[in-house]
Amino acid sequence: MTTSYKASRRNFLKKVSLSGGGLIVGFNWFTAAAEKPVVITNMSIAGELGFNSYLSIAVDGTITIFSPNPELGQNIMTSFPMIVAEELDADWTKVKVMQAALDTKKYDRQLTGGSGAIPHSWKRLRVAGATARYLLIAAAANRWNVTAAECNTNNGQVIHTATGKKLGYGELAAEAATIAVPADVPLKNRKDFTIIGTAVKNVENKKIITGKGLFGLDFYREGMVFAMIQRPPAFGTKIQTVDDAAAKASPGIIDVVRFKNNVAVVGTSTWEIMKARKLLKVTYEKDGNIESTEDHDTIFATLLNSDKAVVRRKDGDVEAAFKTAAKIITSEYQCPFIPHNPLEPMNFFADVRTDGVELIGPTQTPGSARQAVSKLLNIPEDKITVDITRLGGGFGRRLKFDYVLEAAELSSIIKKPVKLIWIREDDMMGGSYRPAVRYRFQAALDAQGNLIGYKLRGVGMNQNNSTREDNFPSGAVDNLLIESVEHISPITTGAWRAPVTNFLGFAEQSFIDEVAMAAGKDPIQFRLELLEKAKTKPVGAIKYSIDRMEAVIKMAAEKSEWGKKPGVAQGFSIYFSHASYVAQVCEVEMEGKFPKVKKIIAVSDCGEVVNISGAKQQVMGGIVDGFGTAMFGKLSFKNGAPEQKNFDEYRLIRMKEIPEIEPYFVNNGIDPTGLGEPALPPTGGAVANALFKATGTRLRNQPFIDDATIGKQLRGY
Amino acid sequence: MPVFTLHINNKEQQVNVAADTPLLWVLRDHLGLVGTKFGCGIAECGACTVLLDGKAIRTCVYPVSKIKATQKITTIEGLSENGNHPLQLAWDEVDVPQCGYCQAGQIMTAAALLINNPKPTDEEILDTMHDNICRCGAYHRIREAVKLASTKM
Ligand code: FES
Ligand code: FES
Repeated sequence: MTTSYKASRRNFLKKVSLSGGGLIVGFNWFTAAAEKPVVITNMSIAGELGFNSYLSIAVDGTITIFSPNPELGQNIMTSFPMIVAEELDADWTKVKVMQAALDTKKYDRQLTGGSGAIPHSWKRLRVAGATARYLLIAAAANRWNVTAAECNTNNGQVIHTATGKKLGYGELAAEAATIAVPADVPLKNRKDFTIIGTAVKNVENKKIITGKGLFGLDFYREGMVFAMIQRPPAFGTKIQTVDDAAAKASPGIIDVVRFKNNVAVVGTSTWEIMKARKLLKVTYEKDGNIESTEDHDTIFATLLNSDKAVVRRKDGDVEAAFKTAAKIITSEYQCPFIPHNPLEPMNFFADVRTDGVELIGPTQTPGSARQAVSKLLNIPEDKITVDITRLGGGFGRRLKFDYVLEAAELSSIIKKPVKLIWIREDDMMGGSYRPAVRYRFQAALDAQGNLIGYKLRGVGMNQNNSTREDNFPSGAVDNLLIESVEHISPITTGAWRAPVTNFLGFAEQSFIDEVAMAAGKDPIQFRLELLEKAKTKPVGAIKYSIDRMEAVIKMAAEKSEWGKKPGVAQGFSIYFSHASYVAQVCEVEMEGKFPKVKKIIAVSDCGEVVNISGAKQQVMGGIVDGFGTAMFGKLSFKNGAPEQKNFDEYRLIRMKEIPEIEPYFVNNGIDPTGLGEPALPPTGGAVANALFKATGTRLRNQPFIDDATIGKQLRGY
Repeated sequence: MPVFTLHINNKEQQVNVAADTPLLWVLRDHLGLVGTKFGCGIAECGACTVLLDGKAIRTCVYPVSKIKATQKITTIEGLSENGNHPLQLAWDEVDVPQCGYCQAGQIMTAAALLINNPKPTDEEILDTMHDNICRCGAYHRIREAVKLASTKM
């Protein structure tokens, strides 16, 4: 299995056609319409057909999967070809993955990354592989003068079952290309899978560990210039004056240009512009609301009692239920702003010429970026190409393309190919954060400890809905009210790995434990009883699968030996998000006065697991991220400016702080639902619930290390 | 601008840059060695780690003028001939990389550890690797791969 980097479609077609007489099947995996795969016979028109992915089988048996696989660490560059190869019954060692340039118009789907990509592509990748396999079998059957039904395939060969005769795919490729593509191809029965479900190593490992230049920041081109931008240091401010004389006089500086609220320093090398930038004297003035973290606290407190809340879901008569309640539990949960901090800072290459625009770099949304650049520069979209490099992490940040626009605008002003580089401080201060949020939960219990009423109000920022009205326990409570209120902040916000649920999951699953405790019930038993209620006496719409949720809960209880480990404080959490179900048990042990998070057991139902090595990696990475953020993550503001600017001030989790993680998967054969995000939301709750059991302190605010009671012990002193 | 003679990956190279230019940008901008990464620029993340006479240094804060012509620099590109250093093999075997951006720095940090201490204890591995950030959280596998490589040194 090898990969080769980046080739245009034309080059690819030239290459495979030069190798002579193979089979080429064109298909699309990330367009909105699911077109049927087509055999490409006439190379000259191939470009016009507009496919973005090709599967070729050369006469020597080499199989090449040529597809744009935007890779930000969720492993799709490996798992997608596995799916094609599975249906094709290919010999994996002969499969080559080629990263395609995005030189087609057909990428109207936003590339949302791990969780969205697999469910979207599963079927069409399978059909592409199955179509090629069908054609190869038909070619062999013709050759042997038998029916296709008498033939089978295995590991890159067609086999005539009765006689044991064999032909390699390479030998059949040319003939296969002359056979008509059927309207419908049968797909494999999952019990016959030989590649899907196995552990396949990342196809780019070799390049990564030998230091090949795969990332956006690694892109260099003869004649390009380098640029950095000084942006307003505080949200709600704009440029007042610019004194760029010293910067301009600095060695290696080509120009200093001002556009919008940006002062761009352009030069011949990274270090020269870094130095010159420090010589800029820019003053800023107020241009809107200026907010500090204390202001947010006040805003939250006010809006929690506002009469302008939007009702998201209302079942039964909540007020009546609370009036008759034997016990009412009320709790508020809050989380701060969080930056994405992908390790590769934002950057993009742009070359705006009169004959067209070339954009190269790390983005999850090439289609939208192209559209926006077209609008900004008034250049038709078909004159703009976007080429995706490997992404040094995304976590949602690269769904926004502000930095692509900056690079394009700058290139159009200076009329030069330019690589725009954000330094870490730009990245951390540059906005698009996960917004801060506060929740108020209320639960009403009757005298028997049954949950008869449930209220949740969320105060969010800029995102329209900080709650998820159909989450569990919705559907299991007769009287329920879910509301949200919105504050519009000048601090820019955006999607952050598992948007909204990344914090809501912690709050909901912690609160459910509080209610179980008040009802005097075991937290897992309490959840199972609620699910039973949702099954037998459902209330309103239920948008999660009760059976799948029950199954992961039970499996997590079993794998963790729930309640049977003396000296270990266990905390539970279950969350359904991004179409997958993940239950977690966190284990805390006291070492003297220090509570230590030792282990997290995770049971995931993400449907069919395509690559078990990649899947475990996603779960472990998601948990480490969820745990690290809950423990340490906090971006605070003073007069509109972020107070943490680099990794010395913003604490990311490091190796000594990780708990052991045991990932398990439910193997139910349901179509895959992705795993880049769903393992993260349950983690904060499982950890808080375990820490409560161990210390008696209920953590309702993140980060946990700031807690007034046990923060110090959590910091380790 | 002064000319500096550097001994990188068994090759002598000369660069003409400002004396305060960090080695990181000399490698990336001037010598085309882009395997060494920029993550923070303040010696906090370790993405820019290379070996200087067998010791790990953070090139984002290491001015080129501090390096003597007699000192040997090894970057990820020069760690082995064919990507077959025990650490690189272990990294593939354990299937460590997620986005992959931090991994060159992780491997070079581990390489320095194993040069000076071929059989580190778990504690020593943790103490050393704790200084490198992996934003994707691949820490379990990084730890495992260092351990595995140390059994093959
Ligand atoms: S870039 Fe040098 S330590 Fe982060
Ligand atoms: S693999 Fe992405 S930062 Fe380590």
